[in-house]
Amino acid sequence: MGTIEAPHRAKADRPAATQAAADQPMYASRVKVYPKRVFGKVRSVKWAVLIVCLVLYYVLPWLRWDRGEGVPDQAVLVDISNARIFFFWIELWPQEIYFLAGGLILGAFALFAVSSLFGRLWCGFTCPQTVWTDLFMWVERWIQGDRNARMKLDQGPKDANYWTRKALTHGVWVLIAAATGGAWVMYFNDAPTVTWAILTGGASLEVYFFFALFAGFTYLLAGWAREQVCTYMCPWPRFQAAMLDENSLVVTYRDWRGEPRGKLKGEGHGDCVDCFACVHVCPTGIDIRDGQQLECIGCGLCVDACDSVMAKLGKPKGLVAFETLKNLSASAAATAAIRPGPERQKAGMAARHMPRFIRPRTIMYAGALTLVSVVMLGAFLLRSTLDVTVIRDRAPLFVRLSDGGIRNAYTVKIVNKTREEAPLALVLSAPEGFRMVVQDVEADAQGRPLLPRRADGIAQYRVLVSVPGGRRLAESTPVTFRLLDPAGRAVASTSSTFAGPRP
Amino acid sequence: MPTKIEKDSLTGTDTTGHEWDGLKELNTPLPKWWLYTFYATIVFAVVWMVIYPSIPGWKGTSGWVAREAVVADVAAAQARNAPMMARLREATPAQIAADPEMRAFATAGGRVAFANNCAGCHGAGGQGAIGGFPSLADDEWIWGGSLEAIQHTIRHGIRANESDDQRQSMMPRFGADALLTRAQIDDVAEHVLSFTSRATDQAAATRGVALYAEQCASCHGERGEGNREFGAPRLADQVWLYGGSKRDIVAMIGNPRAGVMPSWQGRLDPAITNMLTLYVHSLGGGE
Ligand code: SF4
Ligand code: SF4
Repeated sequence: MGTIEAPHRAKADRPAATQAAADQPMYASRVKVYPKRVFGKVRSVKWAVLIVCLVLYYVLPWLRWDRGEGVPDQAVLVDISNARIFFFWIELWPQEIYFLAGGLILGAFALFAVSSLFGRLWCGFTCPQTVWTDLFMWVERWIQGDRNARMKLDQGPKDANYWTRKALTHGVWVLIAAATGGAWVMYFNDAPTVTWAILTGGASLEVYFFFALFAGFTYLLAGWAREQVCTYMCPWPRFQAAMLDENSLVVTYRDWRGEPRGKLKGEGHGDCVDCFACVHVCPTGIDIRDGQQLECIGCGLCVDACDSVMAKLGKPKGLVAFETLKNLSASAAATAAIRPGPERQKAGMAARHMPRFIRPRTIMYAGALTLVSVVMLGAFLLRSTLDVTVIRDRAPLFVRLSDGGIRNAYTVKIVNKTREEAPLALVLSAPEGFRMVVQDVEADAQGRPLLPRRADGIAQYRVLVSVPGGRRLAESTPVTFRLLDPAGRAVASTSSTFAGPRP
Repeated sequence: MPTKIEKDSLTGTDTTGHEWDGLKELNTPLPKWWLYTFYATIVFAVVWMVIYPSIPGWKGTSGWVAREAVVADVAAAQARNAPMMARLREATPAQIAADPEMRAFATAGGRVAFANNCAGCHGAGGQGAIGGFPSLADDEWIWGGSLEAIQHTIRHGIRANESDDQRQSMMPRFGADALLTRAQIDDVAEHVLSFTSRATDQAAATRGVALYAEQCASCHGERGEGNREFGAPRLADQVWLYGGSKRDIVAMIGNPRAGVMPSWQGRLDPAITNMLTLYVHSLGGGE
């Protein structure tokens, strides 16, 4: 395997990534990464997160939620043509889209808070790019073998074996990608119906377009682009540095303990045996021993890799670890004068402190998070399911009647977010003598007009209000429309004005 | 400006030969994918220009015309509405009013048809205007405000001589044709004003009683209540087609004016005149 060089950044003789970059041209062509299989605690957590995320994504649209006759029974559905978002028991109208905005703000603050505490937890564990890439790598490993076998395959002859394995890998990738694109459109369409339609060629052009778009990009980003998405395309690594500080947990190489690195047998060496295990498992192909790097997604696989090497050597684990930069320099300072060996390791570990989780930065993020949550929750609990709006006619502003009276016309809309259809009585609060007529509706026993509601919709009525002649009238008189339920309680109200001629 | 093209040692790329204060510009070639995408867009544009009407005078090989797309859209919309329009054509206004689905369709479509055909005279909301354009939103009707009466007026028009069933009325020209003297007209006008308690000259109003009974009451009614049969407007109210001041009334008696409304049957689909009927009826004055 001597022909394979480590990835271009992984030159062991470079003390820091910053210097490594100095003599490089602006453009570097991609060096293909062959991540090696790894076992360990972090890997197990990563598998668990991956399974939860994928199961959620693929299964959610299939969950049913009974909402009654004539309403979609899909638990999570964005119904574009009917302008509704269904989420289990919640049903949102387009004018309530701010809940979605609130959710996104919540997500952003949660991300900031987590990043300032634990570094790139999002990138390394839950980001779709990481999750799907991990899944695609698992397929690749399953069909083509581990790192060495894959490299041999790529360099070997392009024979039947090569093409079979490649075709098989890409075939499975395409299937996964298709499932991913398919699941995406299911969030916007009834899942069983749209699946059947896609399979039988009966789906609409839009459905096929978005299906192909998401399937295509899943295949492209998880199969081909991989770490390049994180390194070159994603904006998050660029500005996450603003959330991290020396108290954040990041994946680090404890150089105070590992250096000078070297083969096991030599004298005066640190604990790093320069075996490249950490480099070989890295999905972005970097060397964590070069220090903090933009490319590192914080997946922690190098932690697992190094830990198993240390275990084999009978040395304490944690040469590569989730550690704060503050502790790293504290350990380095405490061990500066100590020769390599177990003493140095002990002294360095003793100099560490519990990471400070409560800091102005985290308090602020937690505060913002709490504030937004409370506001959102309040808005949600106080959200009205019945609204009435009134629009007064502008042309004409008013009509003069034969007895000299004045009449205004209004459009009353009852916005009903429930399935309730029972009519509501409309009453007018206005000065004495104002009379109200609602066109095309019945009246209740007290002679009040009864306005039927539309289940989950808007019912619209034309309302005429008139004042008899011979009465002094201001140019504009405030009036209030109220909707009463059968028990006589006002369930919604809105105010408007009654326009008259200039006195 | 020196134009010596050199080879850059680090990248192996030529410079452009431009130099500013010691800064040299690399002539880095465009990425292949970018270049080919660019060429592809040029090819695409040329093909597009050939197929579609892209240059004034060039019709394109496909024969595509924007106008036809609109025509097709309109035809599709008409086809979609055809069953409803057929029902509206056959139904009487009363039947339409009784059916919520037809009624909703008719009022919505009637609003558009009104804006296209009627608003020019009657105003955007049917408010009319002093000077011969009756308001359709108030509670005063010259020819009647029931669904049937409105439908009849829309279909046959007023004094347009386009339909045998048109609304027809003619007030004599009392002044111009010397049927009454100037003083008599004044007296009649005072009497008309007294219907709404606005007479300023009681003696003149009293003198006008007999003249009114003789000349006007047969059409406008004993107490100015009007008569829709002849299209004689009510005089005992506050709605005046040509103004309600004494001057306006004197002018009307002396040399009456009479508006004209076209007959819309033959001009508009009967379904549309029915929709207009429903819409006008809903403006507020419907009886
Ligand atoms: S350096 Fe370690 S933590 Fe960073 S991406 Fe590579 S394996 Fe993951
Ligand atoms: S895995 Fe550990 S011992 Fe091996 S090279 Fe990386 S840091 Fe050194």
